Amino acid sequence: MVVLAGLSGGCATTGVARQDDPRDPLEGFNRAMFSFNEGFDTVLLKPVAKGYDVVMPLPVKTGVANFFGNIADVFIGVNDLLQGKPGDAVGDAGRFIFNSTFGVLGLFDFASTIGLDKHDEDFGQTMGRWGMGPGPYLVVPVFGPRDMRDAAGLALDIEADPVGHLSDVPVRNSLTAVRFVSIRADLLPADKIIEEAALDKYSYIRDAYLQRRRSQVYDGHPPPEPDDE
Amino acid sequence: MKHLFAVFAALLFANVALAEDVAPDALVRGVANDVLDIIRKDKDIRSGDTRKVVELADVKVLPHFDFTRMTRLAMGKDWRKATPEQQQQLTAEFRALLVRTYSKALVEYRDQTIEFKPFKMQPADTDALVRTTVAQAGSKPISIDYNLEKTDQGWKVYDIAVAGVSLVTNYRSSFAEEVTANGVDGLIASLRTKNKSGDSSAAKK
Repeated sequence: MVVLAGLSGGCATTGVARQDDPRDPLEGFNRAMFSFNEGFDTVLLKPVAKGYDVVMPLPVKTGVANFFGNIADVFIGVNDLLQGKPGDAVGDAGRFIFNSTFGVLGLFDFASTIGLDKHDEDFGQTMGRWGMGPGPYLVVPVFGPRDMRDAAGLALDIEADPVGHLSDVPVRNSLTAVRFVSIRADLLPADKIIEEAALDKYSYIRDAYLQRRRSQVYDGHPPPEPDDE
Repeated sequence: MKHLFAVFAALLFANVALAEDVAPDALVRGVANDVLDIIRKDKDIRSGDTRKVVELADVKVLPHFDFTRMTRLAMGKDWRKATPEQQQQLTAEFRALLVRTYSKALVEYRDQTIEFKPFKMQPADTDALVRTTVAQAGSKPISIDYNLEKTDQGWKVYDIAVAGVSLVTNYRSSFAEEVTANGVDGLIASLRTKNKSGDSSAAKK
């Protein structure tokens, strides 16, 4: 009986003044997780990223971002193969070889200067490319916005990531931390823009995430959506 | 001699035509580079004076934007629920919000360089897409795409997509939610509140 009352109470609060978005059936859970992530970010991640951004000279920040970008190129290449883009995959292999050698372990993005452009692929996009829909929107602890497809993709991305498989635990943990901070620091300008733009930060970020992933799956050329203008 | 004169006249005419009807890519390029130039040189803006950027955007950028179309796009079906007067208020508030967001973005990314992708268009086209990219270390450049429509007053921007995310249609579901809950007037009120809080935080800096 108490359980029932609790359930109906829960329904009443989530049902108030909120039209149900078919893309986001887990909105109640997601909003809770979203505010948890915001808290985590405010208390820990953002201050560290800000410190990193202020203290590190630009060439160091660029070098760090390039280093992890170079590791990522291997899996971008794998995903290009899985998506049936052998040309891009060859380019990614070339990038990795050039940047690991002439680019000093990936610290310099030498390949971009000779016309080997970076691509943007991951397992979530590969599944999308083969016709899998995004599924419900999901806010993952710490990692933030995903959809069901990309949450599965994220698990594969993490599984395939060489940094996560390093046997030296201190090195692995330091690299993981630096990577997180570097990625977060890159997003600092976007933060301020979102604060400026959003009426409701949760739905602004959700909608931006879903639009962006759709665009990525179609490599920047998504078919137009039905427009009820 | 006669030929030379004809060539001269043709050139002159071509120039006049160009000034009246700037092609979409040239328009975006001109505006973006002008604005970034000023932002990079201006000390007040560099130290975070948002008001000055908003003024700058007002003069340089806004004449080339079609805010009514933008608001209509963001409202979707609900646009028709609004009276002409409400539509005007919505457009004014949404315009203020977009201008502040766009100004903020320009300041945050002022040190990056914009690259313009090759632009293709047929002479008869009335809708154009200008693709640009902004470089960033370690990852793929961010794309910034401008949608333009040909109007009687020349080409006008009606949508900007950053990294595939439209700054305009990204508001669609939060606008619809607000209209469902509190009506068109509710949406106008919450836009107004948002703009006021943005202004006061800008003044504090």
